[in-house]
Amino acid sequence: MSALMRASGLQLHFGKVAALDDVALEIHPGEVVAIVGESGSGKTTLLRVLAGMMAPQQGRVLYDGQDVHAMGEAARRGLMRSDWGFVHQNPRDGLRLRVSAGGNVGERLMAAGARHYGNIRAEATEWLKRVEIDPARIDDMPQTFSGGMQQRLQIARTLVTRPRLVFMDEPTGGLDVSVQARLLDLIRALVAELGLAVLIVTHDIAAARLLAHRMLVMRHGQVVEQGLTDRVLDDPQHPYTQLLVSSVLAA
Amino acid sequence: MSKAAEGRPIQPSAPGGAAAIGRPAIRTEGLSKDFTLHLQGGIRIPVLRDVDLAVAPGECVALAGPSGAGKSTLMRCLYGNYGAGSGHVWVRHDGREVDITSADAREVLAVRRDTLGYVSQFLRVIPRVPTQRIVAEPLMARGAPADQAMAQAAALLARLNLPAALHGLPPATFSGGEQQRVNLARGFAPGYPVLLLDEPTASLDAANREVVVALIAEAKRAGTAIIGIFHDTEVRDRVADRLFEVAPMQDAA
Repeated sequence: MSALMRASGLQLHFGKVAALDDVALEIHPGEVVAIVGESGSGKTTLLRVLAGMMAPQQGRVLYDGQDVHAMGEAARRGLMRSDWGFVHQNPRDGLRLRVSAGGNVGERLMAAGARHYGNIRAEATEWLKRVEIDPARIDDMPQTFSGGMQQRLQIARTLVTRPRLVFMDEPTGGLDVSVQARLLDLIRALVAELGLAVLIVTHDIAAARLLAHRMLVMRHGQVVEQGLTDRVLDDPQHPYTQLLVSSVLAA
Repeated sequence: MSKAAEGRPIQPSAPGGAAAIGRPAIRTEGLSKDFTLHLQGGIRIPVLRDVDLAVAPGECVALAGPSGAGKSTLMRCLYGNYGAGSGHVWVRHDGREVDITSADAREVLAVRRDTLGYVSQFLRVIPRVPTQRIVAEPLMARGAPADQAMAQAAALLARLNLPAALHGLPPATFSGGEQQRVNLARGFAPGYPVLLLDEPTASLDAANREVVVALIAEAKRAGTAIIGIFHDTEVRDRVADRLFEVAPMQDAA
């Protein structure tokens, strides 16, 4: 199977700070890849560069053979509407707060070409159920939702168009532990059911272990170690990975 | 080797592990493993050196050796959970041999889905997922219809004496013995061609130990190659065809 996305030789420096230093990465259909590392390691920058939201100073990102940074803004926005999804750490960045819950989900369907109001509403209702939001709240504003509900709504909004590749930036950050578990279970089930490829940035090692097939460990803009998730976590080779793994509290 | 000799029908294997008949389902070739502890000043701990083990379909090999000799480390290397320092772990998968030590992550996961099962001592699962689903998931991952997988999971859990009332609950609050039986059901349900068992009866009562002995015997008849660590020598002597000695390494270099 060929890679869905392939990046190589990525360089991005902010002054003297290397945010990305010769980063390469592949992601295949149906694969969940976690990027872990401490704050400032470059993991969110990598996600934004891969999603075309930031340009690297060197290197290329190919999606389905097309150069993401050479394709032009319109084509990239088209991908964001159809093939890709982006789940932000803060649901307020991914939702429209002055549009109803149903509208948030339906809007993305409309952007992807759906026109029939009844169908859109039916599909939005279905997706609210899938992310465990009471469909009776379809006309409520997201502002009236809890943080965990907002995050689930953002996931529904992102997945309703059945993207092939989803970028997630700390999707469980800032949520209660009980809500995190529910969200992890939900993400895992949807990923398996829809066969999505997911690139997830997280500093939550336990979440990465449960969700990801493969893991990349970043530090100072470099990928210091990568491979099978359980091998990276249980038999870490790089000093930094050993430090990271040994610093996690066992629950 | 002292304890191993207590068992009646078991023959210690030749040093080369060459006793396996026919084409092995899993074999190692010069497998070595060190740990380098960077947080402890880079100290190197050698654990395995030049391990050559081969296990044929339908054969059960028990790893023998004192605590700390590296039996669990060897098991984890066989599953690809630990990388190897040098050497190979060949698993017969999909009509060819795959080297678990050098295969890419996607291929290792495919081998684990279809060919290689591992029952560890600890159950690690996603919170909130019900027991029956945990057992059914590996079956569904191989393409079994959900209702069929769930039915098979329920039957195996029942056979391991886990009451139906528990099947719908996540195992987080279960006792150690109950969790181990969930783990065993998950490992035995798919009928993997190669199955690794790390202390499968450690926290089980006599009745459940009998169930596990029967499951192992059935898996062997079905052609499964089994490698196990059994502290319970009585169980070991009943299921194992031979022992494979894992000798402790000498002091760190």
